[in-house]
Amino acid sequence: MSKLAPYRRPYWNTQPEYLFPRYASTVKRAPAQPLVVLPHTLTEVTAPVFGGDDVKPGDSDLTRQHKGEPLGERIVVSGRVLDENSKPVPNVLIEIWQANAAGRYNHRVDQHDAPIDPNFTGAGRVLTDAEGRYRFMTIRPGEYPWRNHYNAWRPAHIHFSLFGRGFLQRLITQMYFPGDPLLDYDPMFTCIADEKARRRLISDFDWETTLPEYALGYRFDVVLRGRDETPMENRR
Amino acid sequence: MSLRATTSQTIGPYLRIGLEWMVIEDLAPHGVAGERVRIEGRVLDGDGKPVNDAAVEIWQANSHGVYASPEDGRGAAERGFRGYGRSLTDDAGAFRFRTIKPGGVPGPEGKPQAPHLLVTVFMRGLLKQLVTRMYFPDDPANAGDPVLALVPAARRATLIARRRGDALEWNIVLQGRDETVFFDY
Repeated sequence: MSKLAPYRRPYWNTQPEYLFPRYASTVKRAPAQPLVVLPHTLTEVTAPVFGGDDVKPGDSDLTRQHKGEPLGERIVVSGRVLDENSKPVPNVLIEIWQANAAGRYNHRVDQHDAPIDPNFTGAGRVLTDAEGRYRFMTIRPGEYPWRNHYNAWRPAHIHFSLFGRGFLQRLITQMYFPGDPLLDYDPMFTCIADEKARRRLISDFDWETTLPEYALGYRFDVVLRGRDETPMENRR
Repeated sequence: MSLRATTSQTIGPYLRIGLEWMVIEDLAPHGVAGERVRIEGRVLDGDGKPVNDAAVEIWQANSHGVYASPEDGRGAAERGFRGYGRSLTDDAGAFRFRTIKPGGVPGPEGKPQAPHLLVTVFMRGLLKQLVTRMYFPDDPANAGDPVLALVPAARRATLIARRRGDALEWNIVLQGRDETVFFDY
């Protein structure tokens, strides 16, 4: 029990810092004191298990949660969840949430002057299969203004929340769309120093998963942290 | 082939849409063994103002120190105990859990760890989660805990809950004099 393979530490510049003043809300919320390096013990490498009791088959179709169909362009969002060792991660609970086609969230805090769609809640979930694959049917979210800075607009995005096999694999991120001109103005996106890491948050248009006469396909693979393959004595 | 982990992004202000369906504030339904504890706390920002849009998640072992996870090879936890909790803060910045006090779990180099919760915090204004731990008051094992030992002595108290009535109080303070210790994970 004394030897556990730790998770790899983040690759240089691929994860954001807590304090990023251009994203104004970080200023009062980023820790000011130095962080303490956490050893990866049994606590950190274990995580809850989710299964068929948690997620129903229809939960991955955000276009069929109400009486009518939501407005907007239907899209299929699919991909795989892998770890840094390129191994698929099965049984990952993925939760997503997003704005409607007009760029409005179904949430009391969102006061943007765009219509609520009574046929769209904007929440879905799914478990990855044995090969780490997942698939959602939804509508393309709209862009929307926020008050971070003058004339600030968020690029279209879908929020993704994922669990892994270890609690340190827990990840919340956002999926963006190819060719969105707002990305270069967005502090959330540009806070990532490494340009390749940024690009990995942009989904690809995918002809293979596009459904004829019905919905465009976008592909978005997610990589969770991986553990070193050989257990090492934990010296920290 | 080696891949690089996907970059974290903020949970944003509208987390309830996606996460509210699985709020789990009671981790120990009837039949789960162990000492019942109620944990209450608030998330406070650098101005001492309540954070009303945070998700606080906990992960813990059962009363025998076993995790309900296949990565823990020491046998299964009892049915009905998952060990995972999620609370979304209210307008007062408050979160709450009812659970059982976990047993001690093995630590690095065979040293036992004191009973603790692993805690992650997501919120608008955090581009990646904060990770911290909560320990239990008056537990003699705290003195030998290998993770607490890494924390400067003057800040250790920020990781230990306090008794308040029949509950345990533990606040998550983002900045300032009583800033909670957060970990580089």
